[in-house]
Amino acid sequence: MVYVALITGFVLILMGLYGALTNRNILRIIVSFTISSTGTNLVLIAVGYMSGRTAPILDEAVNVADAAARIIDPVPQALVLTAIVIGLGVTALMLTYAYKLYETKRTLDISKYTDLKW
Amino acid sequence: MTKKFVVLLLLAGLSSMFVGLLLGYSPDTALNHTARYYADNTVADTGAANIVTAIIVTYRGLDTLGEVTVLFLTATIVALILSQARQPGGVGSRKAVAAGELLQTGSRLLVPLILLFGAYVFVNGHLTPGGGFQGGAIVASATLLMLLTDPFRRFSHRLISVLESISGVLFVVIGVLGLVLAGGFLDNRILPLGAFGSLFSAGAIPVIYTLIGLKVGAEFSSMMASLSEAED
Amino acid sequence: MSTIMFAMSLLLAVAMVGSAYVALQGKSLSIAVLAAGAVSLFASVMFLILAAPDVAMTEAAIGSGLTTFLFFFVLGRVRGAKDD
Repeated sequence: MVYVALITGFVLILMGLYGALTNRNILRIIVSFTISSTGTNLVLIAVGYMSGRTAPILDEAVNVADAAARIIDPVPQALVLTAIVIGLGVTALMLTYAYKLYETKRTLDISKYTDLKW
Repeated sequence: MTKKFVVLLLLAGLSSMFVGLLLGYSPDTALNHTARYYADNTVADTGAANIVTAIIVTYRGLDTLGEVTVLFLTATIVALILSQARQPGGVGSRKAVAAGELLQTGSRLLVPLILLFGAYVFVNGHLTPGGGFQGGAIVASATLLMLLTDPFRRFSHRLISVLESISGVLFVVIGVLGLVLAGGFLDNRILPLGAFGSLFSAGAIPVIYTLIGLKVGAEFSSMMASLSEAED
Repeated sequence: MSTIMFAMSLLLAVAMVGSAYVALQGKSLSIAVLAAGAVSLFASVMFLILAAPDVAMTEAAIGSGLTTFLFFFVLGRVRGAKDD
């Protein structure tokens, strides 16, 4: 099961990168970045999983005494929580810049913005 | 055509690296050293039942402070960039239709329930899965429902920014109080640890997470209000 | 019990890759944005199977809800641009 999640995560990262490098519409590039970051989070969580164990929350299912033998690693989950929230912030910023770019030239095709090319 | 070929070459190199990582991966059978420390000492140190919450708020609280700062910066930049596109009082250029009766009545029923559920999620962050970020996102969904129902309503940005600033300042004040009264910055032992598993336990973790939830909810709401009010 | 989990995770993996393919090659931009929201939703269920309930809740609320709405707000403002 862990291998299924790992392979899916890697495939999502590669598909997102391919979409970001070959599309010309700016909004499609942003969608591809979103898919790629979802794949990265999936890989991180899949690494921290151990089979036969449960989530790192101590309630009536898991006693406090034998917690070290029954729960999985809690650190990747804390990291991925931060990553998901900051991913939303970056997506909002990218969308704002795309909207401002659209206002200057009225087109969403990235090959039309040649101001910085030499 | 050569551009696609170069892209495929790059992806082939990357995927060979991934295959190498995949073949060399073997799942663990026992917790590593750091995780075993967290599993054994979380209840004794902080009194929280949710270990992920204890890590985010106390053990690695400085990272959470940095993340809240990044979100604040993002909301400010979005509001700043989009405010230059807005014409003052330009409501007439919008061609939006008013929402139907079903949506208006339904949202009047649902918005208080969603706000209550969001508050429940971030107050109970130390006992069950949940916490400030999830509760803040749920509160922002309530704002979104209000935006969808009534597109001409102008949200008072002053209320949202006052709420966000007060939450941020109180968060840092509690951190400094931890420095003065207890072990270090953002230590949660400034309030008594209480009985394990009850609502008023785990010291200052519910207070900190409530403030984070309010701040994150206000920031997401401000981002969405800025995006929806930007004129054409 | 674990074969059911394995079958579910396999089904979710196929659904995720299929939705990502639709998001990249979809004809209109609205379909691509909705497919990206579907990828996030299936990833949230996969997080639950991998024993991470906090992360599943966060991904469902933020990745599947707020990101899709942000995209649709901007899509509503850029009418008249050509697709791809």
